[in-house]
Amino acid sequence: MERNLTHIALFAALIAVLGLVPKIDLVSGVPITAQSLGIMLCGTVLGAKRGALAVLLFLALVAAGLPLLAGGRGGLGVFASPTVGYLVGFPLAAFTAGLVVERWRISIGVAAFAGAVLGGIVVMHLCGILGMAAILGKSLPEAAMLALPFLAGDLLKSGLAAGITQGLARMRPASVLSRA
Amino acid sequence: MLTLTSPVETWLHRWPAGVKLAMVALGTVLIFAIKDPWIMGLVVAALMLAYLAQGARFAAQGLRLLHPLWPFFLILALWHLWLAEPRQGLLLAGRMLSAVALANLVTMTTRLDAMLAVLERLLAPLVHLGLRPRVLALAMALVIRFVPVLLDKAGQLRQAWRARSPRRVGAQIVLPLALAALDDADHVAEALRARGGL
Repeated sequence: MERNLTHIALFAALIAVLGLVPKIDLVSGVPITAQSLGIMLCGTVLGAKRGALAVLLFLALVAAGLPLLAGGRGGLGVFASPTVGYLVGFPLAAFTAGLVVERWRISIGVAAFAGAVLGGIVVMHLCGILGMAAILGKSLPEAAMLALPFLAGDLLKSGLAAGITQGLARMRPASVLSRA
Repeated sequence: MLTLTSPVETWLHRWPAGVKLAMVALGTVLIFAIKDPWIMGLVVAALMLAYLAQGARFAAQGLRLLHPLWPFFLILALWHLWLAEPRQGLLLAGRMLSAVALANLVTMTTRLDAMLAVLERLLAPLVHLGLRPRVLALAMALVIRFVPVLLDKAGQLRQAWRARSPRRVGAQIVLPLALAALDDADHVAEALRARGGL
């Protein structure tokens, strides 16, 4: 019980830190926010339920007024902005990623990559596109065009999430709760 | 950690957080119901006045909070000028601007502790699903405490990288950072258990 709570809280903090750390170069020369990497890791490391709870805890603190979103954004305003779909997608993405790692009993690296792609890319962008279409008054294909430029970076982050999950599973097998 | 609450003390700060939240919810529904660009323009003007009435410093901070919206204004402008339907574009841009500005106004005038108290009250019914308010409060406090701790850790990792490599800091630091989070989680769990648990 205590362990579940602290893991959920610490990973919620990790999501925030990955969004606030200045400029990590994912591809040489292209600084991208690593926040969605944190969302993926919540699912692949903590599992479906705990991962989603960590993300919900993070979002609750954002709503309460802490500037924890990438670039120091936060407050209630972000839930009215066009990117609200992505915020709704965050917990669903972590849940999906966790579910894949929990259920698909293949090598954890492969399962984590599949989970990160399915949750962190497919589910996340589906929600994000629905949100942008609603707020900007555009059709779904038109809104999908806005999400397109981010796909390459997200695929890269899925690969990173898989590698990191595998590394953690090797170093702290008991702490990777999605497989514990 | 700094919050988004404005340090400029205004009369809005003294309103109860619950009232402000209810008003922003109602206001957002009304804003989304507006179909006339002129009425939307009036709403935007009223919100601008509301910000300016709190002083120039407050208004400047409010403007900074709206910065992330500009790419979307650019998209709307290009799109609707291309389609030659500026009315629709203005309506959508005004709706986005006023909904976000209204919500930000509440965030800027409500202290974090007041907001967290409302949040705990709103989530109290979840006790039936096994989420005790005490546990929720502890979880939120842990996040607030550990964001600076992990940020510090990330800073150390970046410095260690810079001291050893001519290349820019890469994503390799995320693994040790996640490891630090996992280990800290275990240590805090032990400490909680040692003090009698939850």
